[in-house]
Amino acid sequence: MASTISINIVFSGGLELLFGNERNHSVSIPNFVPSDNSTCSTPSSSSSSTPPSDNVVSSTGAGDTKAADLEYLIYHLRDHLLKERPELFMENGTIRPGILVLINDTDWELEGEGSYQLCDNDEILFISTLHGG
Amino acid sequence: MAPTSCSLCRDAKAILKRPKTGQQICKDCFFFVFETEVHHTITEAELFKSGDRVAIGASGGKGKTTAVIWPDMLIVLMADSTVLAYVMKTLNDRYNYGLELFLLSIDEGITGYRDDSLETVKRNQQQYDMPLKILSYDELYGWTMDAIVEQIGKKNNCTFCGVFRRQALDRGANSLNVDHIVTGHNADDIAETVLMNIMRGDIARLGRCTLICTQGEDTIKRSKPFKYAYEKEIVMYAYFKKLDYFSTECIYSPDAYRGHARTFLKDLEAARPSAIIDIIHSGEAFEVKEEIKAAQKAQQTCKRCGYMSSNDLCKACTLLEGLERGMASSVITDRARKKMDAMGPTPENLRTIPLFRSTPTITVEMPSQS
Ligand SMILES: [Zn+2]
Ligand SMILES: [Zn+2]
Repeated sequence: MASTISINIVFSGGLELLFGNERNHSVSIPNFVPSDNSTCSTPSSSSSSTPPSDNVVSSTGAGDTKAADLEYLIYHLRDHLLKERPELFMENGTIRPGILVLINDTDWELEGEGSYQLCDNDEILFISTLHGG
Repeated sequence: MAPTSCSLCRDAKAILKRPKTGQQICKDCFFFVFETEVHHTITEAELFKSGDRVAIGASGGKGKTTAVIWPDMLIVLMADSTVLAYVMKTLNDRYNYGLELFLLSIDEGITGYRDDSLETVKRNQQQYDMPLKILSYDELYGWTMDAIVEQIGKKNNCTFCGVFRRQALDRGANSLNVDHIVTGHNADDIAETVLMNIMRGDIARLGRCTLICTQGEDTIKRSKPFKYAYEKEIVMYAYFKKLDYFSTECIYSPDAYRGHARTFLKDLEAARPSAIIDIIHSGEAFEVKEEIKAAQKAQQTCKRCGYMSSNDLCKACTLLEGLERGMASSVITDRARKKMDAMGPTPENLRTIPLFRSTPTITVEMPSQS
C-alpha cells in the first residue's frame, strides 16, 4: 500500500482566485493523517517518501491518526495551497456555506461530506456560488 | 460508502441531494425535474403568450460576470443567465411556447472582463441559435465602469453599475423590440432581497421584490422564471450539462451590505435548506398597506431622455450629469440633486442617453444647438 495518495483538485466559480488563479491542482497527502487535522508535518511539495511507521509519529506528538478524509484535505488546502483570504474558503472547521463540493462528480452531501474517506486519484471539485467578498 | 440509487427512477446512481426536498436523484432525473419545475413556474404565472419576443438578460447587481462556453458558441453572461438561456430554449422547443428568444448582454467596460470573449461572440454570431445583442456602457453613457471608477473611486460605484445596468437592459430590450425581459434571478437572490428590504425597513420594495413579473410604464415586462430555483441546482445544472463557464470577480468593491445578507442566508441554508423558500413565502405573505404603495411617487418620463422616472430626470441622467460636472459623489437623492442645481445651471450639450424606442408614436422637435 502506498504511503501517500494523490488527489486532483479543481476550483471554479471564482474560487480559483484564492488559489493563485489556478483552477487545477494535484496534491499528495498521507494515507493516515493526524486526527486533529494539523497539516504542518505534511507539506505537499515535499517529495519525502518516508512511510509513516507503524508506531505513529506526528509532529504534534499527539499520536492519534485517522485515514485521510475530506475534512483533512480542506485543512491541507487552506494551509498549503490557499494564497489569500482563508475566511472566504473555510468557516467553522468546514467549507464555507455557498461553496459546492463534488467528489468524483457526485454531490458531497451524498458521500458523507467531510467524513468521506479519500482514495487515490479522487477528483474533488469546489464551485463557489458566492458573489464578491 | 455504497452508491445511493436515485429516489425517483430507483435505477441510476444519485449524484445530487436536492436542497428543496432532500431527495437524492440521478443526473437525468435532475435535469427533468429542474426543467419541469421551471416550466410549471412559467405556466402557473402565465408569463408568456405565443408569439412573444423575449430577451434573456444578464441579471444585474451581483458584481460578477461570467464568460460562458457553450458547446459551439461563446457568450458573456452570468452563470444564472446561461442556464436560463439554455432552459428557456429547451422548454420553448419542448412545450411549443412559440417564443422568439434573444440574448441580451451588457458590457460594463471593466478591464479584465474578457474583452476577447466579446470579440469571439461578434465573430461567431452567425452560428447562434439566438440573436445576440451586446450593449456597452460606453456606447450608451459615454463612460466605461473603468472611467467611472477612475473619477469617483471605489466607494459608490455599485450604485452607478446597478442603475446603469438596469437601464441598459431596458434600452437594449427596446432596441430588440421585445415584449419581455427574463432575468436569471433565483430563489437565493430573492430571499436575499427580502432580507435586505426588511433590514432597511423598505416596506414598499418588500411588497414588490417577490413578484415574479413586473411591468413598467414602458410596457416591457420583466420576469424571473427561476424564482423558485435554488442557486445550488442552477450551478449544478450548468456543471452537469457542461455549460462550462469561468467566472471573474468584479474587481471593484462589491456591495458589502448585500454580501452580509448573502452570508447570513447561506448560514441559515446550511442549518435548514428550506430557509430560502420559507423567506420568499414570508415576503409574499406581507400585506403592504395601500398608503405605503401610494406613497411611491407617480411615474413620469425623464425630461432629457424619455426613460420612465419618478423625477424630472431619471437616475441614469442624474448620475451622468454628476459625472460630467465632476460632482458624482452627489449621487441620486433629491437633496443632492438640489445641491447640484445650486452649483449652477446644467451645462449645455449634455449627452442624451439613447432610448432605442423602435416605434416612436410622437415626433418630438429636437432642441436646436443655438
Ligand atoms: Zn433517476
Ligand atoms: Zn434620463
